[in-house]
Amino acid sequence: MDFPIIDKRLQNIHEKVISGKRLNIKDGIALYKSSDLVGTGYIADFARRKRHGNKAYYVYNQHLNYTNICTNRCLFCAFARDKGDNGAFAMSMDDVKSVLLERINEPVREIHIVGGLNPELPFSYYIDLIKTVKKIRPNAVIKAFTAVEIDHLAKISGMPLKKTISALKKAGLSMIPGGGAEVMSKRVKDKLFPKKTESKRWLEIMEALHCAELTSNATMLYGHIETIEERVDHLMQLRSLQDKTGGFSAFIPLAFHSENTKLSHIPATTAFDDLKNIAAARLILDNFAHIKAYWVMIGEKLAQVALSFGADDLDGTIIEEKITHMAGAKSAKGLTKNRMRHLISSAGFEPVERDSLYNKI
Amino acid sequence: MNLLDQAVSKAASNKRIDFNESLSLLNEADTLLLGGLANKKRFMLHPQPVVTFVIDRNINYTNVCVSGCLFCAFYRPVKHKEAYVISKKELKLKIDEAISLGGTQILLQGGMNPCLDLDYYIDLLQYIKNNFPIHIHGFSPPEIAFIAEKSSISVNETLKKLIDAGLDSIPGGGAEILVDEIRKKISPGKCNSDMWIEVMRSAHTLGLKTTATMMFGHIESSEHIIEHLLKIRELQDKTYGFTAFIPWTFQPENTKINRVETATAVEYLRVLAVSRLVLDNIPNLQASWVTQGDKIAQTALAFGANDLGSTMIEENVVAAAGVNFRLPQKEMERLIKNAGFESVQRDCFYNYINRVVAI
Repeated sequence: MDFPIIDKRLQNIHEKVISGKRLNIKDGIALYKSSDLVGTGYIADFARRKRHGNKAYYVYNQHLNYTNICTNRCLFCAFARDKGDNGAFAMSMDDVKSVLLERINEPVREIHIVGGLNPELPFSYYIDLIKTVKKIRPNAVIKAFTAVEIDHLAKISGMPLKKTISALKKAGLSMIPGGGAEVMSKRVKDKLFPKKTESKRWLEIMEALHCAELTSNATMLYGHIETIEERVDHLMQLRSLQDKTGGFSAFIPLAFHSENTKLSHIPATTAFDDLKNIAAARLILDNFAHIKAYWVMIGEKLAQVALSFGADDLDGTIIEEKITHMAGAKSAKGLTKNRMRHLISSAGFEPVERDSLYNKI
Repeated sequence: MNLLDQAVSKAASNKRIDFNESLSLLNEADTLLLGGLANKKRFMLHPQPVVTFVIDRNINYTNVCVSGCLFCAFYRPVKHKEAYVISKKELKLKIDEAISLGGTQILLQGGMNPCLDLDYYIDLLQYIKNNFPIHIHGFSPPEIAFIAEKSSISVNETLKKLIDAGLDSIPGGGAEILVDEIRKKISPGKCNSDMWIEVMRSAHTLGLKTTATMMFGHIESSEHIIEHLLKIRELQDKTYGFTAFIPWTFQPENTKINRVETATAVEYLRVLAVSRLVLDNIPNLQASWVTQGDKIAQTALAFGANDLGSTMIEENVVAAAGVNFRLPQKEMERLIKNAGFESVQRDCFYNYINRVVAI
């Protein structure tokens, strides 16, 4: 029996995907505009199973936010503070040690480190930070500093970008998180994050990182003021760079949370928004191996459902997520490994614990 | 052709599926395929892309209950300091508020309170009907069976008296799982499954419309779920008195069954889709945002559901079990539209009301 794809516009896309043809901008827009949610999911699931069969990944990880002091002050952020604000902080190396030692008995495979652009912290702080983490967790992968932070580090290190990257790599950095891309549109940037690294530079930094043999992720923050066309354009820009470097590992659509931000009038993303972003990403980003359903942002229930809509990864167990929770996320701050496995297997998939590079543990 | 293929092909061609076929769909079919089939069935039954909702308030007239269900966090014993029976003053406030918020009905349910007799219920209904222009959707079958037994009159007689006093329709609660080996374990004090069906049969015969529910995700198996659906389908073939089916998942917090893993979102969506396929004679399928939250409730609109239930100005029973989702009317309408449907308010009989027709 043929699957009942109700939206006729999806049938052409379905045929293209089956025959391995690349989707174009028009197809991307049609995917986002379709109300045939299960039809969209069905096509994405085909592409997902072709790569990963029945496997669904997760990682045992820990988040570390070293400072919330940030000069960018993006309108969508509830985490950042100015220096001297109530609650503003920058972790000392002793703080870092104690946060890591608190969970030293757990089999943490990845430390995810991101923070604000704190003008008080010298380049040596970042090197020390990585070295400190590496010393306490020699076997964990250090996934640290978004391209926006790397851009900042290149400015304060007094070295060119390439040398800055090698210094970080030498200290123990081995992977780059995908944050800070937001939506790669000048219109959106001017309105929401005027001070942040512009998209051309974000891509340049990613390219340099990939050339230095560092793997990175990529993200898109959706559900604020961006248009469907801007989303598709963002994905196309990522796809082009990936064609060049092959250095991206996973794409992670990030659902915007408005609470406690300057955009608090914007309602939350819906399940249809979230699932279509997963499905469209899976189909447009045909050169990305992994599409993550980030449960912190869309909730564990929908993240589980997303495994049938193109996602192959539920991200991590985390334990103490801060950034999205400051913006009102209602999800738990962490999931146990058993809960993660149960979510995956009760959705009909095979749970696979992975390291940062998707090697099976 | 194997059983699953046979089930899929029958469901896709709008043919009735039997026990084994239904079971193989629930246990083996791909989740998206179930969604696709249920969605197709939904559009066959409701060709218009409309999703309905009702504005109502749950009023729990008492929390005293002798049923002792293991899954319930709401009930209190007679002498408990938190035990209550609602006062008329409080009732009036609640109904006035519901009407001022555009409410068209109240869902009137309570515990099996041994201190209340038939006269109490008759007086309660008459008081509401005499004072407020509002539909009373009240008393699930276990309450009706309990009132009948206490008054030593038949279910049929009890229903007649309640209808005379103003009862307009009956909610499908207390069905849990309509298989006695499960009921005996989780709700030993509640009427058995035959009695639940009997109350509904009598009600339908007397011209009352009712809904039907199913609470799953505790100790039942897939077989029990299908058996439940088929019992409902069988009665519906005879009476056509069910307006809607509402499956929802057990919530464990503060209850005596706190050790099971709750049903996950995917399990919920699968049961929902299979319900749409098995219950080919029940027109409406309701998504349960109260137990699933707004995201899965919206997703449910692609898995066979055509109704988002009530805005529930007040809900106490599920909230007592630690789940506290809110869904104001505006947000409900936004979710419906965002999923590509027209959002239409309905009454208890699923008639459209206050529909804004674009010209």
